[in-house]
Amino acid sequence: MADLFLIARIAGRPVAIASDQVESVVDLGEIVPVPGADARVRGLAALRSKVVTVLDTHVVLGLAADTAVQGRAVITVIDGHHYAIRVDALEDVTPGTLQPLAGGITLGPDWRAIGCGFVEIGGEPVLAIDLRAMIPGIAAAA
Amino acid sequence: MDDLLQEFIAETRETMEALAGEIVAWEAEPSDRARLDAIFRFVHTVKGSCGFLDLPRLARLSHAAEDVLSAVRAGERVPDAGLVNAVLAVVDRIGEIVEAIDAGAALDDSGEELLIAALQGEAAPAVQAQASAPAQRAPTRSVRLTVELLDRMMSGMSDMVLARNELARRLRETGDPAVEASLERLSLTVAEMRDTVTRTRMQKIDALFSALPRMVRDTAAGLGKSVTLAIEGADVELDREMIEMMRDPLGHIIRNSIDHGIEAPAERRAAGKRENGALHVSARQSGNQIIVEIADDGRGIDVDKVIARLAAAGRSEAELRALPDKAKLELVFEPGLSTKDEVTEISGRGVGMDVVRANIEQIGGRIELSSVRGRGLRTTIHVPLTLSIISAIVLGAGEQRFALSRQSIEEIVRVRADGSVRIDRLGTTPIATVRDRRLPLVDLGALLGLAARDRAEPEMLVIVGVVGGSYALAVDSVLDTEELVIKPAAPAVMAPGFYAGQTLPDSGRPMLLLDSAGIAAAAGLHFTRETSAAAPAEADAAEPVQPALLFLDLDGVRRAVPLAAVDRVEPADAAHIHFTAGELRLSVEGRLIPLAAQGTLDGRETVSILRLTDGAGELGYAIAEALDIADLPCALAPAREPGPIAGVVGWQGEQIEMLDPHWLFAEHAVSAGDGAARPVCLLAGREAGWMATFLRPALERAGYRVATALKPGETPSLTLAMDDDAVDADAPVLRLSRERRDGADAIYRYDRAGLVEALARHAAGGRR
Repeated sequence: MADLFLIARIAGRPVAIASDQVESVVDLGEIVPVPGADARVRGLAALRSKVVTVLDTHVVLGLAADTAVQGRAVITVIDGHHYAIRVDALEDVTPGTLQPLAGGITLGPDWRAIGCGFVEIGGEPVLAIDLRAMIPGIAAAA
Repeated sequence: MDDLLQEFIAETRETMEALAGEIVAWEAEPSDRARLDAIFRFVHTVKGSCGFLDLPRLARLSHAAEDVLSAVRAGERVPDAGLVNAVLAVVDRIGEIVEAIDAGAALDDSGEELLIAALQGEAAPAVQAQASAPAQRAPTRSVRLTVELLDRMMSGMSDMVLARNELARRLRETGDPAVEASLERLSLTVAEMRDTVTRTRMQKIDALFSALPRMVRDTAAGLGKSVTLAIEGADVELDREMIEMMRDPLGHIIRNSIDHGIEAPAERRAAGKRENGALHVSARQSGNQIIVEIADDGRGIDVDKVIARLAAAGRSEAELRALPDKAKLELVFEPGLSTKDEVTEISGRGVGMDVVRANIEQIGGRIELSSVRGRGLRTTIHVPLTLSIISAIVLGAGEQRFALSRQSIEEIVRVRADGSVRIDRLGTTPIATVRDRRLPLVDLGALLGLAARDRAEPEMLVIVGVVGGSYALAVDSVLDTEELVIKPAAPAVMAPGFYAGQTLPDSGRPMLLLDSAGIAAAAGLHFTRETSAAAPAEADAAEPVQPALLFLDLDGVRRAVPLAAVDRVEPADAAHIHFTAGELRLSVEGRLIPLAAQGTLDGRETVSILRLTDGAGELGYAIAEALDIADLPCALAPAREPGPIAGVVGWQGEQIEMLDPHWLFAEHAVSAGDGAARPVCLLAGREAGWMATFLRPALERAGYRVATALKPGETPSLTLAMDDDAVDADAPVLRLSRERRDGADAIYRYDRAGLVEALARHAAGGRR
């Protein structure tokens, strides 16, 4: 059975995001920092009448902080709060089937927390990620 | 028809909620006409609707109640306890029937005849209702909306505001004044609309509190207790959804207080408390929270009993005993606990405090207890402001802006060159001095890591009040005041503890609401309630005070007199005051009393008279008006020379002259006093008439009471007679002569100096 996946590029790598996690895809405007918060929180941005919490995917993946001023983001709603996950680029929306990581494949430490399987697209395996696992301050993998 | 019925049910339900408080108030004060009218209007409205909707049972009940109430209104019946109870029973029954109709369930109609019979009372004649004009039914127009719909309205509204801002920006570039004027109009409308829409979700907490009087009354009555309920802060606004979620927990806590907390009247008497238990329910907004407090003066929580219960249920007693006090108190939240020995119908229905706490925590709140054995329990519910509009000040720190609730701000001051507001350092710790207060200082920019290292000290200080004390928050700028819709922020944003929520102001840039208590905690400030509350009381006790009457004197000076010296203050007609015989005198109550005054009576028709007393004598002191009674410090800077003013005291930054009652009495009241206690001077002989006329003042001045005849048992200390009178006296006799004769033992009767000297000599001898 095929689900829809959003294929995006994060930190230079293609990833697949299950479409039921995605509320919308937007271009973010100005980001207001939140002093004192976890480094994974890039800041707050206005999305029409809503305030969304913008996550820095680079920091989540153990890279240097993202400094891009504007860009694409995937909006997901978790526990009633809106989060924007910065992505470098959006490539496609495609049906696919989530397959478990098996046969001794082990992800590197930075990706291990968010990876939840892979999707085969056009003969290439693409890592599927769980957005919830990126978000600091909530019970992960609940 | 169904729509009408639904509307009737909704309206009756709403009115009944509002009425609950009125009924209890009426019961406490049956002669209160306004309450009576409110209840009358209710049954009248129900009756009217019933006839129309064909609800015969409701019609009969409401009709009977209306009859009785109109008889009370007409004065034909007295609202005694029986009548009040009967009316309450009918109102309750109406509520039950309405709920039954709504649920489509059948309700047994037994007992309704009894209710109606009870209304009629003991053989009271059935009275007709036509005496009273039927109250006009005011239609309340209301609709029910889902919260979701309101939410969509709200976000649509905010989108509109942002779109308007965008449009305004674009239009300004074109610079067409006509278009800008229409946009301005649009802006006003949008702002007004937003306000209205926002308020739709808010409701006064009164909606929650109005049902309490009735509930407390019923609960207390069912237990044979008597409870006085005080409600405060009913106009605090809260999200409607939150109000509904609070309803059950609040009711449960109150029932618990009355059932378990407040003792039976006899027990209260034995404990030296008033028979009526006191229950205090209050709501207030504090920063980003609404705090609802329920305090009773009952027996408090018996921690030992709670532990015993839990131990009996298999917990380790030693372990429980080792808990800190606070944790012990919180054991009441353990599931399945009841400290009451017997289960009662009121609160022993299996719903424990564990459920209450779960309910509160479900809406993101928390519950705290503070209990004093034998003195009472205070339950505090903190509820977050999920969606609320607060009036906030926008502050700048570094490049960023933050909002701070105005309610937590005491004042905003700027560091001043004259030193009245300044920043000092104790070691490396900065402190702020604002006039006479020394406050801990928190630099917002530094705390949040926003400030550049080399910037100058901030100049704006926002004095923030938190529980237990205040601190100064140093900011770079104070920008604006704005009404903001505050929404909860994501957990990761709340985690640092600095913020209370987030908001999107008209600028379209998200802004964080600062949490004043969280900032104090993050900055490591500790306030202890004990020190701040107890210190002023000690200071007061250290300085002896005396109660004094403050008044405005005739010369316009504020003076005071020790309250103990004042018998009373009364008005007097200026026409009754005359300067006679070298002294001001007031004729009052058919006699004269000496009057002291500083300043002039000219131009006044009436004055106030301080009637001073030293226990025996009396003296008046004329003033313009009495001002106040205050505790003035006993410490007094004495006056340079004796006079009517004893000295000056400092009070609330004022210098108050204190009268010297001793000097006033010494000066003015020598001739006053109790005549009966004075020595008697008997005027004897043929010239007694002349003496009484001519010599009385001199004699009285010398301290004698003058008599021409002795009362039985009275002995004169001095007898005054002419030198040729025959006097048989056992007291000294002073003789006067008609002619001036040197060397005689009599004094020439017009030798005033000689006479006064002789009188003084005798007086001294007599008192020796």
